[in-house]
Amino acid sequence: MATTLEAPRSPYTRSTRKNGVNWEKWGWLYMRVSGVLLVVLIFGHLFVNLMVGEGVSALNFAFVSGKLADPFWQVWDVAMLWLALIHGGNGMRTLVNDYATAPLTRGILKSAILAAVVVLIVLGTLVVFTFDPCPAGANLADLNPQFCSAL
Amino acid sequence: MPQSPAGTLTSQQKTSSRRPAGTLYRGREGMWSWVLHRITGVAIFFFLLVHILDTALVRVSPEAYNAVIAQYQTPLMGLGEVALVGAIVFHAFNGLRIILIDFWNAKYQKVMFYVVLGLWVVTMLAFVPRHLINVFSH
Repeated sequence: MATTLEAPRSPYTRSTRKNGVNWEKWGWLYMRVSGVLLVVLIFGHLFVNLMVGEGVSALNFAFVSGKLADPFWQVWDVAMLWLALIHGGNGMRTLVNDYATAPLTRGILKSAILAAVVVLIVLGTLVVFTFDPCPAGANLADLNPQFCSAL
Repeated sequence: MPQSPAGTLTSQQKTSSRRPAGTLYRGREGMWSWVLHRITGVAIFFFLLVHILDTALVRVSPEAYNAVIAQYQTPLMGLGEVALVGAIVFHAFNGLRIILIDFWNAKYQKVMFYVVLGLWVVTMLAFVPRHLINVFSH
């Protein structure tokens, strides 16, 4: 049986489909563009939450109320949520493509990554935009008096 | 993203080192930065999943959120946050290094790796003492 060997280290050829969208190229570009934005967003997030004032010791429901009542931080957090989850999900997809060899394993792992990313994007976005700083029945001491003084 | 067939990679055949031509990701600084980028990336991804779930507790009740966030304020988790921030800072600076390699010039990749390590040390010196004081003085 005649076999032909490819030249070593030659770039693998993609399947016959022509004129389609080159998703790998756009994914590659997305990692770089979102990466730059995430450096700014996450460094800002870490600075405000861990460096300003008493840092991690000051975090509680009242602190989050103060941030999520402000449209600036709503947009900041939702942008971080979407950009980071898609960036991380695409990175994990790259690892699965590199290390998982069986088609079934690859399918299961990539489906799990996709499901986690979609569920958490929906959950996180809903939480930010439906947040109530003064939920009924809450302990007054836990709330931010700046928003809940009428209670 | 090399598009040319293997036989025409003339610029990469000029290398005089014993390492295989055509990639900066095999051996030494290029490889170890890549390994660290993967490990920190996976760690950050799994923290991100947990962090979105714990933050979502603000929608359950203030008590539930405060109970979980109090766990982040313990000494053990305080040390974990040092590791987390260390991973994020490395991934961030090395990510910018990758962008510079891809869009600017790959020949400075080694020196840029040491710049990444230097910036990492400076950033951690600014963060760690302040963070540990916040964790251990409460």
